[in-house]
Amino acid sequence: MGYLSSEQFLRSVKRRRAQDKLFMVVVLAATLVSTLALIVIFVTLSVESVSFFTRVSVIEFLTGTKWTVLFADKHFGVLPLLNATLMTSLIAIAVAGPAGIAAAVYLSEYASQRFRNFMKPVIETLSGVPTVVYGYFALYFVTPNFLRAFWEDLSIHNALAVGLMIGVLTLPIVVSISDDAMKAVPYDLRLAAYSLGSRKIDVVFRVVLPAALSGVVASIVLAFARAMGETMIAAIAGGFRPVLSFNLGESMQTMTSYLAQVATGDAPHGTIEYQSLFAVGLLLLVITATLNFIGLKVIRRWEIRY
Amino acid sequence: MTAEEEVLERIKVIISERKDEVGEVVEKDAAILTEDLSVSYHGRVAIEDISIKFRRNAITAIIGPSGCGKSTLLRSLNRMNDLIPGALVSGKVLFNGIDIYSRDVDPVYIRSRIGMVFQRPNPFPMSIFDNVAFGLRVNGFKLTKDELRKRVQEALVKAALWDEVKDRLDAHAYSLSGGQQQRLCIARALAVEPEVLLLDEPTVSLDPISTSKIERLLVALKHDYTIIIVTHNMQQAARVSDYTAVMMPDENLIGRLIEFGPTKEIFTSPKDSRTEAYISGRVS
Ligand SMILES: Nc1ncnc2c1ncn2[C@@H]1O[C@H](COP(=O)(O)OP(=O)(O)OP(=O)(O)O)[C@@H](O)[C@H]1O
Ligand SMILES: [Mg+2]
Repeated sequence: MGYLSSEQFLRSVKRRRAQDKLFMVVVLAATLVSTLALIVIFVTLSVESVSFFTRVSVIEFLTGTKWTVLFADKHFGVLPLLNATLMTSLIAIAVAGPAGIAAAVYLSEYASQRFRNFMKPVIETLSGVPTVVYGYFALYFVTPNFLRAFWEDLSIHNALAVGLMIGVLTLPIVVSISDDAMKAVPYDLRLAAYSLGSRKIDVVFRVVLPAALSGVVASIVLAFARAMGETMIAAIAGGFRPVLSFNLGESMQTMTSYLAQVATGDAPHGTIEYQSLFAVGLLLLVITATLNFIGLKVIRRWEIRY
Repeated sequence: MTAEEEVLERIKVIISERKDEVGEVVEKDAAILTEDLSVSYHGRVAIEDISIKFRRNAITAIIGPSGCGKSTLLRSLNRMNDLIPGALVSGKVLFNGIDIYSRDVDPVYIRSRIGMVFQRPNPFPMSIFDNVAFGLRVNGFKLTKDELRKRVQEALVKAALWDEVKDRLDAHAYSLSGGQQQRLCIARALAVEPEVLLLDEPTVSLDPISTSKIERLLVALKHDYTIIIVTHNMQQAARVSDYTAVMMPDENLIGRLIEFGPTKEIFTSPKDSRTEAYISGRVS
């Protein structure tokens, strides 16, 4: 490579600066478009919700225990839907959390490189399966063939099957992020632990897991947000019964399943049924967006640590 | 005077300032000795036929050009090579007369008796206290809270870090400076009360003041421990070590021990011409 004359040098610097600028503009535009989408959704939901909240008080909405919007005697308490969403999501995390962390520990610390490279895409495929498949699987297989073996009078639509299936769906989120977090723990730290007379189990539980803790927590938070937003499984296997109940064997309607029911029906514009969609949607968006925000914040923390 | 002569001159001054005299290492004085030790990685030989005696309660420096196998030799003394995929050790390493590679020896036990400090300070992401207590906890020492605190304090005192951290034992280890972190790593290794301390270039990433602190610390520690230190710094070897081992790659790039003896002799009257060339910086 020869030397550039000062004039050539200046020109090449100018060109590269222009390229830099162009790239920045493109990236900025992409960022703005996705942010814009979120803002538009948020604003739309808010605007429509305003008409809902002129007819129903926010207090009634947030504290009422009856949701009978689609019936003659209308009550607008969102708690039954919120409760169903939280119950199914908690069941999902009870499954995906421990199983996902265990799988991540195995993949990151015990499995051979070859097995890990083979398993990671396989596990990630789990979340690529259309959720409608999981829904029917829960309804036609998990409940009748599996759950009813232990629990005879289980309703065919029930929160338990929904939660378990969402657990399977969100498992890859926990595995993938937790595994990344554990792999990001510097090898140095493992060597240091071994050099002090640690056994593998001490290295894993006293060094790697604590060091990766924020990543693991983030994976759980993000999986929880995903679980709350899951619609198809809840709509198909959970049924459309908006009741406030803590019985996992009962059919209960989640927020998402209510949205699916009303949005696929034909609630006319301007009716309270139609407007309730947006209020419930807004609540769901606020909760899941907050969880996602927290999750990503926590992830960022472990990314800058080392 | 050329730069090389100047370097040699400085080292000679350092050596002449040292008052202590040491003799040849005899077998009964050796804490660790190796016999025909060879290590290969994925079938490629890295070091071959190393036989050396590391004297108890003395500091032995291992010097030699980059890639000659100093770290490899060090890691094979406490079975850290077991953790490196593809590493294969042959020959013998006797620790207090016991072959540490014999089948009935537990490598975890060996590592708790032969501690190690690494090139880059690598404290755990936890509090200062928990870092030092780590080895005591994993080795299943049954200690009361007070005993644990006492052992942590003793280790920090030995590592000359106590005064700087005694008021903030619960602070995160990453809040310490690099030099303090390295002393924390030394304290962490000492807390387990090993007999031998292996240090792989412990001061390369540190400033001169931290470096001299650690050098003084090592000299103080040798009365209770056997210390083996890999270093690229000739003056450091001349300042702190009693014995020096010189390693050099042969024509097939296999690391060999070309000279071993009291540090004074190695630096003032080396038998191998390559040693002098290396010490003066003519080869690196
Ligand atoms: N983990 C490993 N896998 C494969 N080969 C290795 C590994 N570690 C070291 N080697 C090889 O063994 C030889 C000796 O390396 P080693 O790290 O022991 O040298 P060194 O003297 O410590 O070098 P430096 O002064 O640069 O630290 C080198 O050829 C190196 O490539
Ligand atoms: Mg090395």
